[in-house]
Amino acid sequence: MSGRARGDSSTALVDAIGDAEVIVCCGSGGVGKTTTAASIGLHLAGLGRKVVVVTIDPAKRLADALGLAAGLTNEPQRLTLDDATGATATTGELWAMMLDTAATFDGLVKANAPSPEQAERILANPFYRNIAGALSGTQEYMAAEKLHALHGDARFETVIVDTPPTRNALDFLEAPGTLARFLDHPLFRLLMLPTRRGLKVLNVAAQPLLRTIGKVIGGDVLADAIAFFQAFEGMETGFRRRADDVMALLRSDVTRYVLVASPQEDTVEEARYFAARLHEAAVDVSALVVNRATPTFPAPSGRRTKGDAALWQNLDDLNATAATERTHLRALIREVGAAPTVWVPLLGSDVHDLASLRRISGLLFDPAEDAAGPAS
Amino acid sequence: MAGLRVLVVELDGKPALTRLVRDVPVISVTASAALAEYLESHGLKRVAKKLSSSGVIEVVSTAAPGIDDIVVLGKLKQIERSGEYDLIVVDGPAAGHAIAFLRAARSLLDTVRSGPIRTQASEVLEMLSDPARSQVVLVTLPETTPVNELIETTYSLEEKVGVQLGPVVVNGVDEGPPLETDGSTPAPLVAAAEYRNARRALHQREVARLRESLAIEQLHLPDVVAAGLDANHIDDLADALL
Repeated sequence: MSGRARGDSSTALVDAIGDAEVIVCCGSGGVGKTTTAASIGLHLAGLGRKVVVVTIDPAKRLADALGLAAGLTNEPQRLTLDDATGATATTGELWAMMLDTAATFDGLVKANAPSPEQAERILANPFYRNIAGALSGTQEYMAAEKLHALHGDARFETVIVDTPPTRNALDFLEAPGTLARFLDHPLFRLLMLPTRRGLKVLNVAAQPLLRTIGKVIGGDVLADAIAFFQAFEGMETGFRRRADDVMALLRSDVTRYVLVASPQEDTVEEARYFAARLHEAAVDVSALVVNRATPTFPAPSGRRTKGDAALWQNLDDLNATAATERTHLRALIREVGAAPTVWVPLLGSDVHDLASLRRISGLLFDPAEDAAGPAS
Repeated sequence: MAGLRVLVVELDGKPALTRLVRDVPVISVTASAALAEYLESHGLKRVAKKLSSSGVIEVVSTAAPGIDDIVVLGKLKQIERSGEYDLIVVDGPAAGHAIAFLRAARSLLDTVRSGPIRTQASEVLEMLSDPARSQVVLVTLPETTPVNELIETTYSLEEKVGVQLGPVVVNGVDEGPPLETDGSTPAPLVAAAEYRNARRALHQREVARLRESLAIEQLHLPDVVAAGLDANHIDDLADALL
């Protein structure tokens, strides 16, 4: 009665994303994006794939959804699937991790610095510490770096990325490009100049630019920044190459985008905005998952009686809500074009362990299986 | 609260907000516009022009992420100081980003030792740490994961930001007595009632757990049994809140 994939065969989702190397789950906050990412991971692992699910959201949604009380770390942890899939025969694996921005950045610096001394110099720089630790915005860079590393990691066949809510998720798509633009920017070259004495001609137009920036961010920050970029000398090529690789990966057909939405009107509007931005970035939505849809209930055969008026009212209310939800979603479904739409009902109980994730997996990948029972 | 001069500020470019509030001005604050405006109002108009014409704003915030957050917070502080409004309501970023957003002032104070950004950061911090001037209202849903996230966020805000917390708003609470069925009730009515009862039980459980975990006043907004909010619903919710 609920969770049926309308107009799609039950294999629609697995056809759309089953062979992907990277699956990006995107959508606004509170639509069950993390649950969807984890459920897809669980199902693909059940099909024998080696899957890692990574969240770049500092909130602990993924650990919660996977029922991991101890939380997730920056290193992928393998989950025990026996109780969840009910099948021990699978060769698939499910791993999960949460991006630690500062640890990832430190690791990259250590791995890419020509000498341990240079690495130490960078790690101790106040400007670097500020970028790596405290401030928002860096996490999208590091997510891209992490995606690059996981995609190249022989342990994994599929990387599922759970993006943070809308604004940051768009940054995630654009982060590698922003870094490349920064490395190409005259400002970066100018900051690097003191170490490149071979270039004796200072760009006359650019010099006041540096002073201008000093006025805005403060002279000492500028000095720290210059020291940082000097220490960074020689490492930018590697960062740029990986950024270019990730940009290419995010736009290649081994990467699929699953747009996650819920039927509330305001979140549908955000999902449409998101679909439009993906379209601008020249990527297609591979599947639309509509979470938290109110289930519909068939009309009872009997007549209304005074005694069960409240029960009829309840059924009418739920069906009216379900109908309104479907109206709101019509435009979005049209806009994602050929991508299959999968409905997951608003469940009577919450999803916060592997057993309930398995139930969601069933609804996502084999909707008919659950269609007979009430959503409770 | 009638008669107050109220302003609603949105930061995310969310298209839904304007439609939902009646008779209250809604403005959108973005980092690049706020930075340009700040520089102009501080006699740095030529700097502002130069910055935007060479596209450096993007680059500066790339090199020092968090500057975008601080100029947005600085703009909010400027609106507050103008005295034009009695209450400014900001639709803040989602939980994960909110901590970084609110911490931007303190983080930048640790690293920026002079210049307009430091001034801005210290004034913003002053506003955020004065309970008479600013409070954070956290909003959640009566479900396991959102409640866990709210508890986590509360601890982080208290530890890392030091901002006054207002009441917690629990949104979409489905409250009501259990729907009773018996052996003669038609199956679809039973299924619908079981579904509704399970939702209500979950909501009740999570609200109770939140109360045990956090000694903060809770405000419950009712579950509107329709898929879309409109301005009428917002009026009802506002009545419930204030």
